[in-house]
Amino acid sequence: MSSTRDIDALIDLMAKLPGLGPRSARRAVLHLIRKRALLMTPLADQMQNVASSARECVNCGNIGTADLCDICTSNKRANGQICVVEDVADLWAMERSGVFKGRYHVLGGTLSALDAVGPEDLRIPRLADRIDDEDVTEIILALNATVDGQTTAHYIADQLEHRVTLTSLAQGVPIGGELDYLDDGTISAALNARKPI
Amino acid sequence: MEWRDTGILLSTRKHGETSAILEVFTPERGRHAGVLRGATSRKLAPVLQPGAQLDIAWRARLEDHLGSFTVEPLRSRAHAAMADRLILSGLNAVTALLLFCLPEREAHPALYRDTETLLDLLDRQDIWPLAYLRWELSLLEELGFGLDLRACAVTGSTEGLVHVSPRTGRAVSAAGAGDWADRLLPLPPVLLGAGSAEDAEVAAALGTTGHFLTHHIAAEMLHKPLPVARGRFVDALSRRARRK
Repeated sequence: MSSTRDIDALIDLMAKLPGLGPRSARRAVLHLIRKRALLMTPLADQMQNVASSARECVNCGNIGTADLCDICTSNKRANGQICVVEDVADLWAMERSGVFKGRYHVLGGTLSALDAVGPEDLRIPRLADRIDDEDVTEIILALNATVDGQTTAHYIADQLEHRVTLTSLAQGVPIGGELDYLDDGTISAALNARKPI
Repeated sequence: MEWRDTGILLSTRKHGETSAILEVFTPERGRHAGVLRGATSRKLAPVLQPGAQLDIAWRARLEDHLGSFTVEPLRSRAHAAMADRLILSGLNAVTALLLFCLPEREAHPALYRDTETLLDLLDRQDIWPLAYLRWELSLLEELGFGLDLRACAVTGSTEGLVHVSPRTGRAVSAAGAGDWADRLLPLPPVLLGAGSAEDAEVAAALGTTGHFLTHHIAAEMLHKPLPVARGRFVDALSRRARRK
């Protein structure tokens, strides 16, 4: 039996993580072994903890360690606004900015005819329920500016029309962006959304 | 093996962390798939939206292989559709139907030209539904199920054509239909190039073309259901017609 079998198995598992390949996984494992007490054991303990406690918030679909996430339980976030995002990664991106003070709703994907994702596969019915449950006045559709993302946004807008104010994120030139490097679709969207200065 | 051509992007499916499998529609090679490395990059991802016009180079060791693409964006079209739910659902219907109906690697130059023309009209919301209807008729024609609406299949008359035979796709006049009228499909004037081409009429015509897509083309594919994207477009068009 090989004496490195367990280590090889760990490298194989690490190599399956996003952003890591076999070589970088080997480097990461070697680093962990060298920092066993400082890094590897606490990491293993924490992974064990999260593996047993991580779950989706039953209200919004965010990931946390309780049935209701911190955002849904916080009264300060109940300002009548819900920001609809495709994925938990998008929610985290919005939270990083620190600008939005309302609550979120994670759809868990977008409508896609190609991947056979229909409305019933997303958390759209729950979003409709939340409008009444939480006295929502505005739904902000923060979905990706892709064909699938905007198709989903229009579908939700159709479903919730007349019940609540619906808004979507602006599209245009990113901060620090140079016009010369933008694609024609972005320039077109930016020009259509121009505003007085 | 390699070729270079211009084409329309039909779909992008993520493949690994940074690559994607693209399906494109080209005039000489029809619907063709290939891997594009670096497709999720900040430079490429925004332009890899369905409907985009691309300059495509394909390379593989053997003809049968999936092969890899290198692409250069020529023009983006999705931005013209994104703001309007009807047009966006129409764009989805076009790409979904092409993916559904066309066999891989079979050239359809005439249909390609029609598709290019249709997609170039995405910013013309007023005439787009009619253009879509014409394109769907071309699609049926290209796949061998074209409608013959020149004369009545029963009487030979070119006047009073109001029905379409669901079996043969030929026009039938009111006089020729007789007792069979309730079993025939409607023939809205817009299908004959007449009438005002209002949304309601175009939606009715799409009901007729939808019958042939479902019962002839989808039936040949083990009765797979038509792409839901087409149904959503027809629903959106019907809804707009009711609002007018």
